[in-house]
Amino acid sequence: MSDNPDKKVDEFNLVGKARRRVDARAKVTGQARFADDLVLPRMLHCKLLRSRLPHAKIKSVTTDKARAAAGVRLILTGYDTPVPYGILPVSHDEHPLCTDKVRFVGDPIAAVIADSEEEATAALDLIHVDLEPLTTISDAEEALRIPEPRIHDYGDEGNLHKKVAFDFGDVDEALRNSERVFEDVFFYEGNTHLAIEQHATLAAIDDAAGPDGRLTVWSSTQTPHYLHRALAKALELDPARVRVVAIANGGGFGGKSDPFNHEIVVAKAALMLGRPVKICLTREEVFYCHRGRHPVLMKLRTGVSLDGKIKGMELQTLLDGGAYGSYGVASTFYTGALQTVTYKVPRYRFQGCRAFTNKPPCGPKRGHGTPQPRFGLEVQLDKIATALKLDPADLRLQQLVEPRSLTANYMSVETIGLGECIRRVVDGSGFRARRSGGKLPTPGDIAPVRGLGLACSSYLSGAGLPIYWNDLPQSGVQLQLDRSGRVTAFCGATEIGQGSDDVLALCVAEILGIEIADIKVLTGDTDLTPVDLGSYSSRVTLMMGNAAIEAATRARDLVAKAVSDKMGVPVEKLRFAERRVTFIDDPARVMSWQDAVILAEAKHGTLGTTGSYKPPRSAAKYKGGGVGPTPTYSYSAAVVEVEVDPVTGWYDVIKVWIGHDIGRALNPPLTEGQVIGSVYMGLGEALMEESTFRRLPPKLSGALVHKFPSMLEYKSPSTMEMPPVEVFLVEDPDSRGPFGAKEVGQGPLLPMMPAIANAIFDAVGVRVDEVPITAEKIARALDAATKGRPARVGPTKFPAVAWPEALKIAPPWEGGDGTASNDRPKKERMARPGEVPIGDAPIIRPEVRR
Amino acid sequence: MTSALAEGYTATMNRHATLSLKVNGDEREVAFAPHKTLLEVLREDLALTGTKHGCELGECGACAVLVDGRPVLSCLMLALECEGADVRTIEGMQEGAQLHPLQAAFADLGAAQCGYCTPAMLLTAKALLDDKPSATRDEIRASLSGVLCRCTGYLQIFDAVERAARILAARDREDHV
Repeated sequence: MSDNPDKKVDEFNLVGKARRRVDARAKVTGQARFADDLVLPRMLHCKLLRSRLPHAKIKSVTTDKARAAAGVRLILTGYDTPVPYGILPVSHDEHPLCTDKVRFVGDPIAAVIADSEEEATAALDLIHVDLEPLTTISDAEEALRIPEPRIHDYGDEGNLHKKVAFDFGDVDEALRNSERVFEDVFFYEGNTHLAIEQHATLAAIDDAAGPDGRLTVWSSTQTPHYLHRALAKALELDPARVRVVAIANGGGFGGKSDPFNHEIVVAKAALMLGRPVKICLTREEVFYCHRGRHPVLMKLRTGVSLDGKIKGMELQTLLDGGAYGSYGVASTFYTGALQTVTYKVPRYRFQGCRAFTNKPPCGPKRGHGTPQPRFGLEVQLDKIATALKLDPADLRLQQLVEPRSLTANYMSVETIGLGECIRRVVDGSGFRARRSGGKLPTPGDIAPVRGLGLACSSYLSGAGLPIYWNDLPQSGVQLQLDRSGRVTAFCGATEIGQGSDDVLALCVAEILGIEIADIKVLTGDTDLTPVDLGSYSSRVTLMMGNAAIEAATRARDLVAKAVSDKMGVPVEKLRFAERRVTFIDDPARVMSWQDAVILAEAKHGTLGTTGSYKPPRSAAKYKGGGVGPTPTYSYSAAVVEVEVDPVTGWYDVIKVWIGHDIGRALNPPLTEGQVIGSVYMGLGEALMEESTFRRLPPKLSGALVHKFPSMLEYKSPSTMEMPPVEVFLVEDPDSRGPFGAKEVGQGPLLPMMPAIANAIFDAVGVRVDEVPITAEKIARALDAATKGRPARVGPTKFPAVAWPEALKIAPPWEGGDGTASNDRPKKERMARPGEVPIGDAPIIRPEVRR
Repeated sequence: MTSALAEGYTATMNRHATLSLKVNGDEREVAFAPHKTLLEVLREDLALTGTKHGCELGECGACAVLVDGRPVLSCLMLALECEGADVRTIEGMQEGAQLHPLQAAFADLGAAQCGYCTPAMLLTAKALLDDKPSATRDEIRASLSGVLCRCTGYLQIFDAVERAARILAARDREDHV
């Protein structure tokens, strides 16, 4: 599919050359339009009334006074939009407005649509909600202990949403036969995306033919196609009469990839009122939308030989999912799926459990489910290196997964540039010579100590399967060639700041040998563009890029045919470059691109082509094997240097060296920008970011509330915390990527947290087996050491979980074929009876509308 | 809030104040509800939506504009405080169709990803370079510390400000020849 991945950079017209991105001008002039910048005539404003209790039955919602308030045009409650929806087909458990229950502080109960935002806000106070409080489930361990009351009446059991278990070979035997077995428990606190743009949506009805006009929704969404489906389902509309426009996103990071209640609510209001309705969430409400990183408790047991080679690995994860399903089932699988794609793991056991709790729902944040177990794995490898007196880099280098091989869980690895990434960051940082060695400070030492830590990671270049089962392309690109020489590229892909519009323009311009300025891109509009599944799972560059190359190649073929007929030369002797079509054997015979297009239009009629992309079939045929496969994995390695105050535990990150296996950097400053941005976000998670909760005092309801739903108190790194970063792009073109490119937007985040934990150990000899790694925790570990206790802060035990019987899948090297030997309905494998089948939440339709 | 209070509140909101100020070099007169912030008046009453908001509580810095040459958080300033002020927003940064050197450098060096904090970053950097044409990286870092960016990790922004400073200095030297 990809066009000559083995080409050298200077053989390309545009690929690999630093260039101003296509949307740069709009962004530096303030002309880029975001959802809240849109204003339509007669536009109304919407505000949501949100629950102040974390878990309660809704007994009544009284709206008469609010209806009568100044400027109010409409009040909606749960019964106006009773059809449930959700991003995953297996968990349609959300309602646009709560019907019978509220499940976290912030769950929306009613909507006010008024002439102004102020009037809508004022009317919220006039709505009376009678709630009957229910027991609050405040974290995953409580969910394990307290099956009733259930937050949802579906899921594997009680308050456990999903339990999964896999054995890839006889892991117990592998651990028995290991010379050493290392067992650690880690905790990774939840955190959030914190995109600077607050979510906003505008819905309007146009005057298209038909009785009711057509609904258009402009929204800050990463997934217009999935939103399109959700709107059609939740509002019971013909999808052909719904248009979703994914307008420029002011940052996404996964936080705008679910269909959201506010999007459906304003659509419903616009349909009922026949007027445009807009909502822009407050920052506090963005914290309630959440879908951020799951808090995960992990137990990792790894058996190794004395030279540090992994013989078997066992991982258990417990995810605190918050109040709704969201992407949670996928998140659960992701906490296990990618543990095998960096180092050879001959046998692997994974057990994962996601709990429902009365907190904002967790979902996909940059790295989706994989940074947590990656933290555990990379910190544990560091401990193994220390215990066995091995160099942490050599420990890893000696057991890298082979290129073009299958892992124990049937993930298919194509190119792997991890070894080169490790060598580059180790050499660049002087890692081997400059480490401090993990000694505890001598009492009385007050001088700051430096330390270096290494960690690696891997990530998908796009999820192998779509969110809902289908056999269709995952990305489509359509080209229109105009007589002016302009080429318009249409694609459903969504620009969220990562530069996908630029990749689209580049792929088309490169193949046609024209300039970026000759391309007009039109993206993320379900009326105008072919489906692309959206900006998640780092899928866009690879999938849209390949679709664009296919469409452009077909367009080039049409033009080449016309030129070849005219010049009387074979098509394969034509070169497309510098806005010209040239006869290779006699460069004097040349035609401008525009003339060539005119010739082609005269020959073929109106010119247009399409291209599409579908990932190759996965070798993982067992149930649950659909999460983890990708066309190709990216790899990263990082060395971080820290300076730690041995008394207070305060530390600064001095410098980061990061190598990323990108396959091919399509536009190097953008590629590096993605790497540095990932490093930054990883630093934020390691240093300070956490979504934590507290109980209000009893006199204020005692409710479980977000501790700090504000940007001031939810700390994130400013310019002052950002260290210098040295980026090494490792380019080993992958035949599955466009021009050899792999993903870059997520992978480089993953090594940051464990590299910092390992650097802290190197500096002052203490282990923080938790994220974030705060000064306070380091100080506690230092204090414990002075009292003769283990120099460690972190969880000490993993609770008992009644795991289902594991699916047994023999690894490829033990005669397996990717299927499970005991594959029977999961119901029969569940540890406990009484489960309710997974599926839609009930549609509640009262006889009489309130 | 009782409904009587709500009505009173609405009534107050509907009484408009007027204000004369200079926006991007143009004298403007604008009528607006008196409780409105400068951010709201710029975006809603003057249709200058290039100024962004991320919290409306003075936490993220995305709404920074220049008032009399100094960066201020427009979400924390009442528009009524701006009588006679000289306000500059991102829409007033270009020189005709020509990008300001800061804008060009941001565009060329990957300093704008999603573009949402970019107007605030650019205006804050402009105030710095107007004041200190040869600002050091530490000065750049400190001056931009009030604007949060979640995309870039800031480093390419620093690079862009440094490049723009060099270009502006070279242009300045030419002007003095």
